[in-house]
Amino acid sequence: MNSIGEDCNELKKQYDACFNGWFSERFLKGHTDESACAPIFRVYQDCVKRAMREQNIELREIDTEYTTNSEYENTGSSSGKKQSKS
Amino acid sequence: MVLTASTCRTEAVFDYSWKNVVAAYWNRYPNPSSSHVLTEDTIKREVRDGKLYSRRLLSKTNPVPKWGSRFYNNVPVKIVEDSVLDPVAKTFTTFTRNLGMKKIMKVDEIVTYTEQNDGRTLAVRRAYISSQVFGFSRAIRAFGIERFKSNSNKASNGFDYVLRRMFPKSQSSVLHSASPAAGATGTFAAQQIDLSAATAAVAVPNHNSRIKSVTRIGYDYIKCHANKIAQLFSVRN
Repeated sequence: MNSIGEDCNELKKQYDACFNGWFSERFLKGHTDESACAPIFRVYQDCVKRAMREQNIELREIDTEYTTNSEYENTGSSSGKKQSKS
Repeated sequence: MVLTASTCRTEAVFDYSWKNVVAAYWNRYPNPSSSHVLTEDTIKREVRDGKLYSRRLLSKTNPVPKWGSRFYNNVPVKIVEDSVLDPVAKTFTTFTRNLGMKKIMKVDEIVTYTEQNDGRTLAVRRAYISSQVFGFSRAIRAFGIERFKSNSNKASNGFDYVLRRMFPKSQSSVLHSASPAAGATGTFAAQQIDLSAATAAVAVPNHNSRIKSVTRIGYDYIKCHANKIAQLFSVRN
């Protein structure tokens, strides 16, 4: 899958590969240390954030909405618990 | 002025373990049903209290209805997806919403993936659709709901394809519940206020006639007031 910034595609590919390995082999097996992919993530982030600025994608709009998450989270997890019991 | 939002809830069961489903989730694009998804980026990610928090930015095509293309460009719609993954409780919840064009339609979608006792994975998908466009908010929401229903099938089939490819099995694995079922985040075609959506809404049997007529009136109204809509779009874009 492509990145929103054309010149970020290669970095995204590298990060995704790193993340997928870490996710399956480390995180799902109980290791929560996320430093393995941190260096490539930083470089990739610099690229994506630049592409977002160039395309006038409002980071502010994204960030202000983050506050609504707790509300969603409660809804989601409470029904999730109910589902698993049934 | 936000009028009451419409909601829709659908379920799907994936014949895969929760771990397989969440591993496949990060790889679900591209798939044969996702040609509308253009880009996908992770813009935030951290582990907090043993849970993985991710924020991703997706962009999708937004086919402009013929009458609308005169007024605004076919700009891809941006979607933000926040997710929380708890590997101990085995729950994965995604929250998705559109950026921009919210006056026309705002779609908030929540999907929770949980492990069932039989080892399969249940996906419960809920959408909250609202519109601030006065006068025909209900019609626009009706478009959204119909879109949501027809697209959710496509979404889980696309996700299922990715699951089958990553974790091969002989049989097809998605079991839909009574209503058109759901799985992955799906398409946010809700912004596509076009004639095919209107036709789809009208053609659905068991749909009560009030919605039918409201949909038809709403479509005519939108058509006649495309200028106003174009102005609304220009506020955001």
